[in-house]
Amino acid sequence: MEEKLTVSISPHIREDISIRRIMYSVVVALLPALFFSIYIFRMKVLTIVLLSIGAAVGSETLCQYLFKRKITITDGSAVITGILLAFNLPPDSPFWLPIVGSIFAVVIAKQLFGGLGYNFINPALAGRAFLMASWPKIMTHAWEIPTHGTLSGIDAITSATPLTVLKEAKGILADPLSSAQSIATAKQALFQLGSKTSLSNLFFGSVGGCIGETSALFLLIGAVFLLVKKYIDWKIPLSYIGTVFILTLFIPTGINSLFHILSGGLVLGAFFMATDMVTSPVTPKGRWIFGIGCGAITVLIRLWGGYPEGVSYSILLMNCATPLIDIYTKPKKFGVVKKKATTEENTKEKERLG
Amino acid sequence: MKHFINGIIKENPVLVLMLGLCPVLAVSGTVRDAAGMGVAVIFVLTCSNIVISLIKNWVPSQLRIPIFIIVISTFVTINDYTMQAYFPELYKVLGVFVPLIVVNCIILARAEAFASRHSVSASILDGLGIGIGFTLAVVAMGAIREALGSGTILGKTIIGESFRENSVLLMILPPGAFLVIAFLMAGMNKWVKK
Repeated sequence: MEEKLTVSISPHIREDISIRRIMYSVVVALLPALFFSIYIFRMKVLTIVLLSIGAAVGSETLCQYLFKRKITITDGSAVITGILLAFNLPPDSPFWLPIVGSIFAVVIAKQLFGGLGYNFINPALAGRAFLMASWPKIMTHAWEIPTHGTLSGIDAITSATPLTVLKEAKGILADPLSSAQSIATAKQALFQLGSKTSLSNLFFGSVGGCIGETSALFLLIGAVFLLVKKYIDWKIPLSYIGTVFILTLFIPTGINSLFHILSGGLVLGAFFMATDMVTSPVTPKGRWIFGIGCGAITVLIRLWGGYPEGVSYSILLMNCATPLIDIYTKPKKFGVVKKKATTEENTKEKERLG
Repeated sequence: MKHFINGIIKENPVLVLMLGLCPVLAVSGTVRDAAGMGVAVIFVLTCSNIVISLIKNWVPSQLRIPIFIIVISTFVTINDYTMQAYFPELYKVLGVFVPLIVVNCIILARAEAFASRHSVSASILDGLGIGIGFTLAVVAMGAIREALGSGTILGKTIIGESFRENSVLLMILPPGAFLVIAFLMAGMNKWVKK
């Protein structure tokens, strides 16, 4: 009889949840987008993803072995870093690119800072930023034309991704020296990019772009799974995408807001990278601020920055602000006396001291 | 001799004392720039150490910092004009970092902490040691950054042509400087502690 009574402190009801479980759920959630990517960009994509995962897991093992830490590769966090990094690479990347990127992501951005839970920026995005700074030519030109689609999602232009076309067209329109013909082509391109066919191409994913970012639909399928499981918080993606939508609605961008949401890596970034548990705020209010900040920086870079896409940098920048956000949004402690009392005390103290 | 070795390893100004990081980060993109900077610092540091240890008995302690700065800036000016005359290309690359040697904290720190308290001969050895320690650190950074970032050492291709074409551009950009110095400091820490 006595043995049946267990005395323990709360919480008494726990969910059977672990890092490993969450991590592998994220991997599963990324699979639809991966399969679709293999379908449109063929088998080379799979090789890149596998190389990236292999390098991430391998370098994590090696690092933990060398630093004499507990080897935790089975928790799946390195696998996710590998997949997400590969998702951020152009499909025609040389095979050494994902390997170098993954090693940088895991060794420099994660393990040197103390491993999972101690990294201050998202490792996969750090890897992408490293590759982008080191090999800008490959990272912005190694595109591949998707099966049953065109690189830009429209028929007129086949040489660049949608956001690059947008940036170039706006550059032509802003330049007073552009010829009448190029202005006409640019206007035509802008019109076509904002059209329904282009938007549906972007939604289903038959456009060019990085390996994992093209199809909003298949990314959303995975995201819904994670949201239902409550492994990611809806506040960050909602405030992130919402901010981009509202800002592009009111700022004249030459194209409709839906285009801005569906193009580039916004869906991938908002659901899978901005929600990273380690590098995003823990407080609910902080998550709203985080998402809004990401959205504002993305729009800023896309409209006025040098790069056509700003999702990865916006998340990295907000990652750096995360500790600060957490400090300022700390919920009030129950029962703590407000400031007024302390100032009163101070004046009393002063009076006493004379 | 103790003072000489001390500056190179145990009190390496860059990797152990972490002084004068600004020029180290800024001009270590290639071995040539780094070596140029290193030689300039050795010259200024040794000369100012000599003069300061010679005049140390006449310097009133309230006025010592301005006097040290005047001595240092004299040698920086000599160095500045010499470089401009004989190595115009190098001078152009190093730019503002040559006159900025005046306020390099390594040099002022040695004047304050060493030369104003020791004999001339010890000050010479200290100046040379610290200067060479600085040069070794900055040249090591230059070598790593140039090798990885441009695929060359002193302008000569290493590793191979294919690597030179796809070199790690980040390494010659500012973030690369921070990465390399972090690794060098970590290595130095481990080595010195042993």
